[in-house]
Amino acid sequence: MTEGLHLDRVRIFEGARPLLEIDARVPPGEVLSVMGPSGSGKSTLLSHLMGDLAPGFRAHGELTLEGQDLSGLPPEARRLGLLYQDPLLFPHLSVAENLAFGLRPGGDRTERRNRVEAALADVSLEGYGPRDPATLSGGQAARVALMRTLLSEPRALLLDEPFSKLDQGLRDQTRRLVFDRARAARIPVVLVTHDRADVVAAGGPLIEL
Amino acid sequence: MLRPLPLLTVLVLAGPVLIGIAGTVLPAIGLGPVGQGLGLGPFHQVLDWPGLPRATAVSVLSGVLSTLGALGVAALILAGWQGTATFRALERLLSPLLAVPHAAAALGLAFVIAPSGWIARLPAQALGWSVPPDLLILQDPWGLSLTAGLIAKELPFLLLMMLAALGQVEHRRRMAITRSLGHGRVAGWMKTVFPGVYAQVRLPVMVVLVYGMTNVDVATILGPNTPPTLSVQVTRWMLDPDLALRSVAAAGALVQVAAVAMTLALWVGAERLCAALGRAWIWSGRGLPETTLRALGVSLAGLSALALLAGLAALALWSLAAGWRFPDLAPEALTLRSWSRFGPEMIAVAGTTLAIAATATLLSLILVIGCLEAEHRFGLTVGQRALWFLYLPLLVPQVAFLPGLLLPAWLGVGPGTGVVIAGHVVFVLPYVFLSLSGPYRAWDTRIARVAAGLGATPDRILWRLRLPMLLAPVLTACAIGVAVSVGQYLPTLLLGAGRVSTLATEAVALAAGGNRRAIGVWGVGQSLAALMPFVLALAIPALVFRNRKAMVRD
Repeated sequence: MTEGLHLDRVRIFEGARPLLEIDARVPPGEVLSVMGPSGSGKSTLLSHLMGDLAPGFRAHGELTLEGQDLSGLPPEARRLGLLYQDPLLFPHLSVAENLAFGLRPGGDRTERRNRVEAALADVSLEGYGPRDPATLSGGQAARVALMRTLLSEPRALLLDEPFSKLDQGLRDQTRRLVFDRARAARIPVVLVTHDRADVVAAGGPLIEL
Repeated sequence: MLRPLPLLTVLVLAGPVLIGIAGTVLPAIGLGPVGQGLGLGPFHQVLDWPGLPRATAVSVLSGVLSTLGALGVAALILAGWQGTATFRALERLLSPLLAVPHAAAALGLAFVIAPSGWIARLPAQALGWSVPPDLLILQDPWGLSLTAGLIAKELPFLLLMMLAALGQVEHRRRMAITRSLGHGRVAGWMKTVFPGVYAQVRLPVMVVLVYGMTNVDVATILGPNTPPTLSVQVTRWMLDPDLALRSVAAAGALVQVAAVAMTLALWVGAERLCAALGRAWIWSGRGLPETTLRALGVSLAGLSALALLAGLAALALWSLAAGWRFPDLAPEALTLRSWSRFGPEMIAVAGTTLAIAATATLLSLILVIGCLEAEHRFGLTVGQRALWFLYLPLLVPQVAFLPGLLLPAWLGVGPGTGVVIAGHVVFVLPYVFLSLSGPYRAWDTRIARVAAGLGATPDRILWRLRLPMLLAPVLTACAIGVAVSVGQYLPTLLLGAGRVSTLATEAVALAAGGNRRAIGVWGVGQSLAALMPFVLALAIPALVFRNRKAMVRD
């Protein structure tokens, strides 16, 4: 089986100290949840997947995505979408420009504008294109961040406690939206979280570090 | 005691600029002791000077190109290499170069790039030339060597300012998002991090632009001669024994101000244009030639650091050279003869220089700590406008207000060491403030609350807790202040009316003479005078806090 994201005997060391060991296969559309106390290396694992492990850390083992070995690929070539707890919209750009930033290269100007408009409409944010991202509510910003990631057509999604800053009602709603979209796009998801409810909503396997 | 200090500081910064400009405008329109009656005569004389178009063009070109160059290389190196071992190596190489005074750096650079310099000696060795090539490299008519020298010297400054600004823009997570969306390192950084960083360093960039257009020290050493840059010509008129030329100098200074104002306006327009182009670029989704730009960034930054370091090495070698004929790469023998010949005078002048620097820095430090403490105790902040006051003396061309400061000479305040020190404070204070304000405001005020609970007065908290805990940043701010003062050329020259000699005025004066051994000794002297305080600023806290683990910064 070459589909999905494979972590084969991945071990990460901080200096000489072993930090974590993980062995997992995430098929398309499935969510692998990773939980653990702070300092257990959850974020380091995501950095390793992204390919920008900080100096001082070493990793062994194999990472493959859709059968392709990821090791040695720079972050921009891995096509792994990343969502943090903050939406991290670029504050100097409008909402539409933030989405345009996520679009893969190609297509003419009109086509690109149309895709951005469609993405906004897709999450009920029609007409929000020219807005300053700082004027969006937390839920709106989270939706823009998700669409920005999806427009880049990621081959997998990495979620770093993405719902922890949203209040309860919004959290359920955003959680459902993100998981539905990942399932619809048939891409594997790795979710790093503190929140058991995230794991339950994700419905996939759980690894505790 | 503390309350009036913020206002006093604003007066110290803005007063000299305003008085100085008044003192420049009056003679320019024919008024005052050197004027010949109200009229535009001085301006006509400036406009009649045949060198004016070229002088203005070279001033503006060298300023704009050096700013674009230093900003571009700093951005490329941050975009392409931040977080790598290469970047840390470059940062370590460039940081100490920040302290090297402009004059010493320019003199060293001249030793490297002159037709008889180190670079020309390489082909000369290979091809067997016995005389230097007949090329006008130094002091070329279009100011290209001046521009190159300014780029090399301003690069460390802009790079460190941009590094400090990075913390405000969450660049790590921003870059992680950017790259996960498929953008390359350089293109992604330019699209997402640069706009945020630039917004923070906009004023320092403008300081570099104004300094590039109006400096006198570097332009005297590396810039063209006939005609020189506009500021150099204004200074020549100013120092001419013919007093009638003072009003021409004043009019020339105002022409310089007009040129600077127009260039700044164009720069602001160009910023808007770049922002619009950047938006179009983001919509297009296009990237950049990553590998080429990364290689370009690291080679240009490396070259620039290497050129300055080679210049310093050349200064040191010339100060020790016995005989050093043209194509040879190193002197025949080393001797201390030049040091015993020029050393004693240099050291005496270094004493004056450091005394002026220490006084100006101490005065600045008192004002700065006073302002910051007033802000802490009474919430007296002037907000964003305060920043403009800090930058005011750095954004108005020095030639435009320094000569005018001698206006109070009518009131019996003549040129001399006192006025020079006061003038240095105007330029030292902004840097001391910018360097100390961050750590001062970041100090954990819960400690003050705990101490107050123990019955300590605010003064006791300041003297016994806050300042001792901030020893390292205070000393760093002092080192920066001393380095800035040691580098001041024009304020010393004009406010001292040629009677106050410092390492800066002597080093620039020697440049014209061409005695390389003397230049070596004085150049090394000026560099050491600026660098030594930094060594102390690192060593003293390490020594004082050797048994206090939490106080030793890594």
